[in-house]
Amino acid sequence: MTKNFENEPMMEVYIFETTQNLEQLEQVIICSEKNGGFSPDDVSEIFRFMHTIKGSSAMMLFNNIEKAAHAVEDIFYFIREQKPEGLDFSAVSDLVLECVDFIKEEICKITNENEADGDPGDLIDSFNLFLNELRRIFGDENPQSRGQQKKQQYYIPQEKKHHLSAAEVQADQEPGKGACYQVIIQYEDDCTMENIRAYTLVFGLAELVEEVYYLPADIAENPQTAAYIRENGFEIYFKTELCYEEIKAHFENIIYVEQLLFREIDEQRLDQFRQKIQEVKPRETFALPNKEFSQTDTPKPVIACSEDTQKNNTGAAQKMISVNVDKLDNLMNLVGELMITESMVTQCPEVEMIQSENFHKASIELHKITVELQDMVMAIRMVPLSTTFVKMNRIVRDMCKKLNREVVLDLYGEETEVDKNIIEHISDPLMHIIRNAIDHGIESETERLAKGKEKAGHIILEAKNVGSDVLIVIKDDGRGLDKARILEKARQNDLLTKPVEEMSDREIFKLVLLPGFSTKESITEFSGRGVGMDVVTKNLEEVGGTVLVDSEMDRGTTITLKIPLTLAIVEGMNIRVGKSRYTIPITTISESFRPDQKDCLMDPDNNEMVMIRGQCFPILRLHKHYQIKNAETDLTKGILIMVEQEEKVICVFADELLGQQQVVVKALPNYVNSMKKILGLAGCTLLPDGSISLIMDISGLTGLRVQ
Amino acid sequence: MIKEVAEELDQDDDQQGMYLTFELANEYYGLWIGYVTEIIGILPFTEVPELPAYVRGIFNLRGRIIPLMDLRLRFQKKFMEYDERSCVIVIDVEENTVGLIVDSVSEVITFSEADIIEQPMLSSGVSNQFIKSIGKVGNEVKLLLDCDKLLSNQEIEILMNEKDERYVDEMVL
Repeated sequence: MTKNFENEPMMEVYIFETTQNLEQLEQVIICSEKNGGFSPDDVSEIFRFMHTIKGSSAMMLFNNIEKAAHAVEDIFYFIREQKPEGLDFSAVSDLVLECVDFIKEEICKITNENEADGDPGDLIDSFNLFLNELRRIFGDENPQSRGQQKKQQYYIPQEKKHHLSAAEVQADQEPGKGACYQVIIQYEDDCTMENIRAYTLVFGLAELVEEVYYLPADIAENPQTAAYIRENGFEIYFKTELCYEEIKAHFENIIYVEQLLFREIDEQRLDQFRQKIQEVKPRETFALPNKEFSQTDTPKPVIACSEDTQKNNTGAAQKMISVNVDKLDNLMNLVGELMITESMVTQCPEVEMIQSENFHKASIELHKITVELQDMVMAIRMVPLSTTFVKMNRIVRDMCKKLNREVVLDLYGEETEVDKNIIEHISDPLMHIIRNAIDHGIESETERLAKGKEKAGHIILEAKNVGSDVLIVIKDDGRGLDKARILEKARQNDLLTKPVEEMSDREIFKLVLLPGFSTKESITEFSGRGVGMDVVTKNLEEVGGTVLVDSEMDRGTTITLKIPLTLAIVEGMNIRVGKSRYTIPITTISESFRPDQKDCLMDPDNNEMVMIRGQCFPILRLHKHYQIKNAETDLTKGILIMVEQEEKVICVFADELLGQQQVVVKALPNYVNSMKKILGLAGCTLLPDGSISLIMDISGLTGLRVQ
Repeated sequence: MIKEVAEELDQDDDQQGMYLTFELANEYYGLWIGYVTEIIGILPFTEVPELPAYVRGIFNLRGRIIPLMDLRLRFQKKFMEYDERSCVIVIDVEENTVGLIVDSVSEVITFSEADIIEQPMLSSGVSNQFIKSIGKVGNEVKLLLDCDKLLSNQEIEILMNEKDERYVDEMVL
């Protein structure tokens, strides 16, 4: 197996497309399984996906993937042709999903630049067994002649000879010196990238022949020719000294050829064709190396007729492009910097003195455009949650099968959009939560019936926008969390940080998210090891989100993930402490005020507190905490900002408020991060005047000083 | 002065044996030129809390945010107020970009291999642990720095631990 890494862009497209195809395939299978069988549409769709995967894998020389895909295709071919009654759908689905997993694994290897060396042998064996079984049960009316033979000509290129001999080979059989041939090739319907295939073909041919001309001529540069070839076939005229048999053999080895018209012609026709090409599309004519060929300069539209067909065929596909996320990140950074620079320019004191009305109009316009630009970039990065949600179907399906439970997963609001980076972080947590819900939450059938519940368990996965956050709610109707057992387990594992009496229900439930916590007595394949749920907290913390757990005995558990829409831009309040500036995310601020002396008190441990409307809140002096010099120390002269995160409230003491602003979050430099994780700092940002402000991480701060 | 050195930086492609020399508390040091990306005057910087004292803070270099290290403090020498001769040498070592504050930059010197003494036997002072080799120019010697060590955090942990204890005391308030 040769790898084609010099062909990076193609490889990238291959990986991307195959992954997408696999995902869609998975969905179709799970969907049809739900509907209790494959509809003819489903069958042909699955067939098509597998066929595409097979085709592109073969082209990229990943033979193992090709073989696996081929095996699946065989089965669906049988299903499509024979329409067997009473087929065991779930067995088929199992097989196909197994194959999907295999291909996914291989793709993963390829992505990591490893050899795709998985052996599909067993998989294919089981497929063949299954297919034979099918054949035996449902019988082929004329198994050998019809189905079998047709299959051969359709799939196995090497054996195309039967087919070809039947095709119109109207050649004069005398092998002559410098004989001319005409070949018209029709590729299989969905082999895709016809133009590239045609190009490879011509390139290979060039070594064998003296002159070669072909139509469409600009296959190498113009991808639209693929559509033309699909419609009209690919026409080649060439002159060679090789005999008929050799040339024919060459053409018979091409894969994915539906129809091949191959005949010998006299030299005149070759000349005619050459002239035709030169007249019609002289510029696009491709001159092969060491074959001189005139290139004139009359520009002519490229294959006019292809335009309409193309609209029909690829109209939808053309609207979407896939872009490397790194490029988007860069674009995002640039736009962020543009915004800062824009405000640096327009807020510059000298500029503000300018009296010209035109200038001010223009600068307002500039501001408007930059804001729009930023919104646009943000919108580009937003991805709907649907792909992540739909993946959960597969998990539910697999687990139900293994655990012999019936669980229905309902998805709501999957069209909710979230920043791409955030999506990557929540897919794992969702998986763990759902696994847990099925394994621990939903009771067995008998237990459910005894409790008077529906036989099938329900899990609701819902996403919705709330302000600048997105809430993802995972709700099951299982047995709920057992407070007593959680506490007992926590005590055993020494995970309790404060007296039980003081803990709220939510705090108790939250214990299950700690690493090493599992109330499940036995470890199953899916959960119980106590890893998993802590991934939920960890991943969410990384994106600045929070987890809330609610539960009611025998009514079910609800886990709510609260995640920010985006990581990159924060609405912040800038504050000053001494000479330093800090930015507090505005969403965490409840209020800010200047306290009266009489409201400031000390508790017995000498912690400063402030009393507002009859309630006491701890004070955190930033200047003291961060050892900032020359800062205001008198509480009544500075300002207190009350911030809240995860239901913890704290009052931050600063010198003054500087104003509210949208800031682009930047990470602290590597060097600083590698030195120490500074508690309470989430990153930094550039202020309009070019100075740097430090962005506060409120959950880090509230952890420091909470009752 | 800065300009001249910067020009010199641009001129030569073959950087082997080329060192940017600078002055620090009356001593002369050299930095391999491959690390140096630019030399600038002192820009306004923002202090970052909880870091060792020699990291003065971070500053904005055309949109890039770069930490600023005072080499005097790094070598545990006496702090000196920055003046118009003070410079920031921006270096790129692997993934880290750091600005080094020095008293003043001098010139770019090309050492032949014979002029560089590897693994000098130096007493184990704080600043000596960052010295990789010694370059001879006539009668003078320049201490050639080991940039990896300069940015490594090994001894930081010890420093930080001491600091943490101090914080704990203060946090109790």
